[in-house]
Amino acid sequence: MTSNNYDAIIIGGGHNGLVAAAYLARAGKKVVVLERRHIVGGAAVTEEIFPGYKFTEFSYVVSLLRPEIIRDLELPKHGLKILPLPSTFTPMENGDYLASWDDHDLTRREIYRHSPLDAEAYDEYARVMARAAKAIKPIINLIPPDPSSLHPRDLFNLLKLGQYAASLSEKELYMIAKLVTQSSADMLEEWFETDALKGTKAASGIIGTFLGPRSPGTAYVLLHHYMGEIDGAFRAWGFAKGGSGGVSGAIANAARALGVEIRVNSPVKQVKVKNGRAAGVVLENGDEIDSKVVLSAADPKRTFIQFVEPKHFPDEFVTAIQNFRVRGSSGKVNIALSRLPRFTALPDEPALYRGAVSISPSIDYIERAYDDAKYGQISRRPYLDMIFPSMIDPDMAPPGQHVLSCFVQYAPYDVEGGWDDEKRNQLGEAVISTIEQYAPDIRECIVGMQVISPKDIEAIAGITGGNIFHGELLLHQIFFLRPVPQWADFRTPLKGYYFGASGAHPGGGVMGAAGMLAAKEMLKDGF
Amino acid sequence: MFNLKTTPFHERTSVLCQPQNWRKWAGYFVAGSYEHTLDSEYWAIRNAAALIDVTPLIKYIIKGKDAAALLHRVTTRDIYKMKVEQVYYTGWCDDEGKMIDDGTVSRLDDSTFRLTAAEPNLRWLTMNAVGMDVSITEVTDEIATLSFQGPNTRKVLNLVCEKPVDELKYFRLMTNAIKGAQVTISRTGYTGDLGYEIWMDNNDALKVWDTLMEAGADYGIAPVGILAMDMARVEAGLFMLDVDYTSTTHAWIEAQKSSPFELGLDWTVALDKPGYFVGRRALEREKKEGSAWKMVGLEVDWDGMERVYKQVGLPPQIPGMAVRASLPVMVGNVQVGYASTSSWSPLLKKYIALAHLQRPYYELGTAVRMEITVEHHRQHAPAKVVKLPFYEPEWKKR
Repeated sequence: MTSNNYDAIIIGGGHNGLVAAAYLARAGKKVVVLERRHIVGGAAVTEEIFPGYKFTEFSYVVSLLRPEIIRDLELPKHGLKILPLPSTFTPMENGDYLASWDDHDLTRREIYRHSPLDAEAYDEYARVMARAAKAIKPIINLIPPDPSSLHPRDLFNLLKLGQYAASLSEKELYMIAKLVTQSSADMLEEWFETDALKGTKAASGIIGTFLGPRSPGTAYVLLHHYMGEIDGAFRAWGFAKGGSGGVSGAIANAARALGVEIRVNSPVKQVKVKNGRAAGVVLENGDEIDSKVVLSAADPKRTFIQFVEPKHFPDEFVTAIQNFRVRGSSGKVNIALSRLPRFTALPDEPALYRGAVSISPSIDYIERAYDDAKYGQISRRPYLDMIFPSMIDPDMAPPGQHVLSCFVQYAPYDVEGGWDDEKRNQLGEAVISTIEQYAPDIRECIVGMQVISPKDIEAIAGITGGNIFHGELLLHQIFFLRPVPQWADFRTPLKGYYFGASGAHPGGGVMGAAGMLAAKEMLKDGF
Repeated sequence: MFNLKTTPFHERTSVLCQPQNWRKWAGYFVAGSYEHTLDSEYWAIRNAAALIDVTPLIKYIIKGKDAAALLHRVTTRDIYKMKVEQVYYTGWCDDEGKMIDDGTVSRLDDSTFRLTAAEPNLRWLTMNAVGMDVSITEVTDEIATLSFQGPNTRKVLNLVCEKPVDELKYFRLMTNAIKGAQVTISRTGYTGDLGYEIWMDNNDALKVWDTLMEAGADYGIAPVGILAMDMARVEAGLFMLDVDYTSTTHAWIEAQKSSPFELGLDWTVALDKPGYFVGRRALEREKKEGSAWKMVGLEVDWDGMERVYKQVGLPPQIPGMAVRASLPVMVGNVQVGYASTSSWSPLLKKYIALAHLQRPYYELGTAVRMEITVEHHRQHAPAKVVKLPFYEPEWKKR
């Protein structure tokens, strides 16, 4: 007999929703998670699209998952294993390659081969970025204060932020000022001369945005990706055992162990509002569930425009949400392989297949890919970030066979003519023919292929616009501006209704921070 | 297979390295030791002739009309005073007067210098060379280097070199030939003993190695790894980057940085030299105001240590090698500094350490206590601040 009365309802069983649910249950609350699909995980799911081959369907690497969440929810006990992703390999257009490892000396030797100056700059750059990340990181766990508000909570948080800013050295402040205003191309050109190095670094500055490496503000996105690298032992990018579904699975297990009820196949139609307060939800099937509070872990558009009638919000707020940029710019191609393809540039070194393979030979290459997308086209030669999950976790594919996960950018949500099977084929073909330039035998290895456009991300994972961060990490959409000014503290203009997902501070990347912080704010308010 | 480099001596050293304890050094593998215990390697340095492969030492050739000007600007020494075939030991600093790295500068001819460094410095040198007529070329991978250390080394070199080395003075260099192989020999080293460093083309590496090993056989020559050298360098009061101090380029916080004065390098800071050099203003200020820290030698009082061990019924037990672990140094119950490398000195029969102490505890003769671990418990052994180096044989400079 399932109850229809809870302390808290969580809309959306993605990793943030599950994290929030677990934290609330941990504080003794009776919590239900309502998930639209038949499985939990949202964009962090693993599915066997072809029997025996496990695809980490959307998100595919972990680095930003907050270590305190792993500790608080005892995720390792519930199955979480983050396996190392020890290298990055960038094949170059001239047949050479650039590689980097988690070993400092090996990496220096390799970059030295291309440029002795870059080999040193690489170290210094890593340190500067790590310092900037270290300087900015405390902000991630801070509730963004509204600088215009006189509310004691905002004043207190503003004071904390001020104290924090004052603790930074002048050099650090200048560095941060530069990072938030520069384009990643401009910044990287100050450091390096090797095209493949600049291209590969620049790539992390455009992921999930509808910007090119020469667009201002992309240097910050680059830094965002460095956040995961400064927690000592936790520093590196990793691949979760079982794919990203392994992360969601562990959080779901932890949540269940804490007493959370998870209902799949339960799409929410609307949030019930009683006396100006959120009071529960109505499901698509008409069922009603009551609760004292509701947290939406969906994207901002769904949270504020679809689930709640606009009349419950101030006009300005609704307009601001409408203006929130969620332009999906990337897709995913998951491939089942009968064997590993052979990258011609790659020396005979199977170890490199355990790391990432980046198709990012230069900044110009990526900027050109962006040029196509700017005018509504799929990049003819897209940026690809590939991993072979089965090389990291052998259980991802039948023995001797493999899976390949290709993140592909740019694939604009608003592609000219709209997304259909033909466009999807075009995206798949752009990816395969791009890989083919470096691994000519790729086609021979393909057993099955899944092409995911931003439209599919929207349809399957339920993210409006198909943006992997639920909203671009642009400077005007982060911190106290995320999702909209004055409402960055996980509360909403509707009492009892909270918002804690990637579209909230501090943004996406399978961090779980938004879910955790939102839960903590809800508990502070009491219910 | 991707792997680190091996040196041009690897064909010989790999056969000799019994314990297979290869150590990483600046992107190379070198032998940690050649025998299973360090004793005979250490004594080869102090009593005979030790042949040490130091090829990974990072080396730059700095050449051009402004080569001297660049090094004058970057280092703390007065390079304009330097004569051809002279060698300077020096540190170099950032503009806050904190150490980036240290090494030797050799003036090969009027406009050509060789700089050695522990870490890559090409970027820093290039940044400082803007507008100068100078080329900076890293030659680490092209120039093989042997450190030949110990009281018998001069005799062995005289047997194999085209020109005798008797006249080669401390911190000078000469060009020479060994069995037809052109070499540069400098009277330098990292052991504080009589010693030479031999610089040669990679292609001549094995010939030089074989010739020295053969001629040195009657003089107690032994291949020696970097672990025994580590003990000798502590006795010589010589510090090591990343062990005894942190480069400003690696430091996370200000407190991790050190000035040359704090490392006891006062004698290398030529504040009287003409013109600007990097860090000048900060170093002038520190000179005037005094340093907050100083690297000193600590000598543990053996009887005092024995008493601490005696409480648990043990004789003193310390590792027979240099230990690169930070050990707190106390006065009363207050920590006043830390030892960064400590070592047993087989020659002095003392437990010694390089330590960083705060003012005023760094004065000679100050009584302190250094942490020791006795049967899993932290204890403190009495020690006193002594002058560096701990050991300086009269033949080192003669």
